[in-house]
Amino acid sequence: MAKKKEWVAMLLAGGQGSRLYALTQKLAKPAVPYGGKYRIIDFPLSNCVNSGIDTVGVLTQYQPLILNEYLGNGQPWDLDHNDGGVFALPPYQKSSGSDWYTGTANAIYQNIPFIERYDPENVLILSGDHIYKMDYNAMLRQHKENDADCTIAVIEVPMEEASRFGIMNTNPDGSVYEFEEKPKKPKSNLASMGIYIFKWKKLREYLVADEKDPKSSNDFGKNIIPNMLNNGERLFTYAFAGYWKDVGTIDSLWEANMDLLDPKTQLNLYDPSWKIYSRNPVMPPHYVSDKAKVENSMVTEGCVIEGDVDFSILFAGVTVEEGATVRYSIVMPGTVIKKGAVVEYAIVAENAVIGEGAKVGASPEHCDDKTAWGVAVVAADVEIGKNAVVPPKGMIDKDIPDAAEEEEVEKDG
Amino acid sequence: MADAKMLGIVFSNMHDDALSELTLHRTMGSVPFGGRYRLVDFALSNMVNSGIKDVGIITKSNYHSLMDHLGAGREWDLARKIGGLTLLPPYSRTGTGIYHGRLNALAGILGYIQSAKTPYIALCDCDLVCNFDFRDMLKSHIESGAGITVAYTVREIEDGEKDNAVLAVGKNNMLRDIYWNPDVQGDQEIYMNIAIVNKDLLIHRVTNAVAQNKTDFYRDVIAEEAENGRVACYRFDGFCDRIHNMESFFQANMELLKAEVRKELFDVQRPIYTKVRDEVPAKYGLQAKVANSLVADGCIIEGQVENSIIFRGVKVGKGTVIRNSIIMQGTTIEDGAQLDYVITDKDVLIKDGRRLAGYLTYPLYVPKGQQI
Repeated sequence: MAKKKEWVAMLLAGGQGSRLYALTQKLAKPAVPYGGKYRIIDFPLSNCVNSGIDTVGVLTQYQPLILNEYLGNGQPWDLDHNDGGVFALPPYQKSSGSDWYTGTANAIYQNIPFIERYDPENVLILSGDHIYKMDYNAMLRQHKENDADCTIAVIEVPMEEASRFGIMNTNPDGSVYEFEEKPKKPKSNLASMGIYIFKWKKLREYLVADEKDPKSSNDFGKNIIPNMLNNGERLFTYAFAGYWKDVGTIDSLWEANMDLLDPKTQLNLYDPSWKIYSRNPVMPPHYVSDKAKVENSMVTEGCVIEGDVDFSILFAGVTVEEGATVRYSIVMPGTVIKKGAVVEYAIVAENAVIGEGAKVGASPEHCDDKTAWGVAVVAADVEIGKNAVVPPKGMIDKDIPDAAEEEEVEKDG
Repeated sequence: MADAKMLGIVFSNMHDDALSELTLHRTMGSVPFGGRYRLVDFALSNMVNSGIKDVGIITKSNYHSLMDHLGAGREWDLARKIGGLTLLPPYSRTGTGIYHGRLNALAGILGYIQSAKTPYIALCDCDLVCNFDFRDMLKSHIESGAGITVAYTVREIEDGEKDNAVLAVGKNNMLRDIYWNPDVQGDQEIYMNIAIVNKDLLIHRVTNAVAQNKTDFYRDVIAEEAENGRVACYRFDGFCDRIHNMESFFQANMELLKAEVRKELFDVQRPIYTKVRDEVPAKYGLQAKVANSLVADGCIIEGQVENSIIFRGVKVGKGTVIRNSIIMQGTTIEDGAQLDYVITDKDVLIKDGRRLAGYLTYPLYVPKGQQI
């Protein structure tokens, strides 16, 4: 038995992130690169560490290889502890019956023995889907002040968008009287952020009961929270204000990256008291040649830039050759953009090659049919041949051969 | 890499005088270099990349910044249960004070050397910027049957370069003699202060030298062994820059702007490791204009930068123009300033509209923490 802990965090990182399509073919969504040198999971992990949590269980299931390797012993987040630390928790075989994680609640249920080792008062449940900075410790304080059984972090969303979220309807004291998943007529605009603090004893009861219910989908939002409400447990909201962005779709991932380039962005990565930690590449500073032009962009170590880069985010070790243009795009580690290639409004994943003169994506202004426009995506390790064209909204996960001659692009105005 | 064959010894304070301004509060080993490195990173990474698992760092003074940089040695993969990184400050005992010279320093750490389980000891200083393979040198050392092998580069002695040991390389690459600061012209075989020595020989030599009150490693160990025909020479032809004064420090940094130099020095198979600082990627503003420069993470560039090395966490304000300069970690240059041939040490603040200029052979140095 390890030492008793006030709280431990459980980070649900098993999701596929299927709406990221080609980007999550080989890696789980929390491992998707973000912001030049991070992966999505760096945000909840760094929040944990900055909030004083020293034990984090990361529940993995879908494509865990890269995520496991990335976490390693947790040292980059200062989570290599003698007592506690970061643990990858995949589903495992048991003496009687084994199962994949069938739902968020089931994933925690299957890891009751892990949590029990630390005998915690409270358990913090997190997901690996969002970019945000949050002091979970302030949430815990409020949770204890309210003597809550469960505290749910909520954020105000615009009323007209509230029907896309799980909405908490609360009494004036912040206690929850109703939870509505994607209500057609929302009564409030307090959206659940999928961040919960439970009294562990209470949660354990509900997990065990939920597991016995054959009709349950073993989900926090669908089952555990409604069941607790029905039984009159003390549920409270914790209001969060600040930057919070779901990066579950191509568009939102692109936008969340672009937000970093906005001088007025609410997401401040430069705060020395709340650093976002990550596993750093071992590379020299980036080089910008005298033929290059770099503006309004973020560039990471190891890059070599000889072309034009504007409103873009370049991850470690990206090469932009002479005469190439990268605009409004996100280029992940190790990718090479060859001479004369143009990458616009695109996400190019890791170690891809964009051939000479190739065109990836296009500006919406150059798109006649606006409905056909969208961010173009090139998956990891893909080679786009010389002069090949990837249309806007294109989703490329296989190599494209060289095109014989540059096509006459229809020029509109 | 099976069993490690070499123990590494790094002299972190040698040549401190050469860069007296930069080493006022630090060792030669902790002099910042190339946007994110310290000079000791090259020595350590070269050793680690050559399969060396135990490295002792000899230091005698100003070693706070060095300790801060190295920590437990994790970034170089030297935080080990067995061996790994050992910092060797002066060991105060009756009769011994701080080190004077190389031989004296080795005598002070004889116990550390004796306890090594490797048959060879690799020695180097922190004044070289190179990607050096000790494994290849060890191979040549073993083949030669020598007790000591010394590495050298072939080049001219630069103007004002001090503390040179020039080798007279004889038949079969055996060392005939070693000259200290000779007055010579043209290409020379210049000792890199990198040596591989058989452990037993080193212990024997150092013990005897101390017993006879000898103090000069070159004269009393290398030259004497050379007379016995027991010193081999190893020629290194890769990129190698020696930092021996402010001008050469400046030039060596500027060499990194050449693609072929970066390719060789930062070989992906033999990377140069350094302390991680968890900085945000560098950010370029609307009016940023950067040409032929190296920029590290954590920078915010809103002005113009040309032919310069910008270290981690530097801020360059709007309308500011920086040319031919080295701007070290944490420096802030506000709006509308102009810098040409300037070296700013760490955490300097240069306020709005200031103009500073040095010259190619005499870059203007702004000390750590200074405000202008």
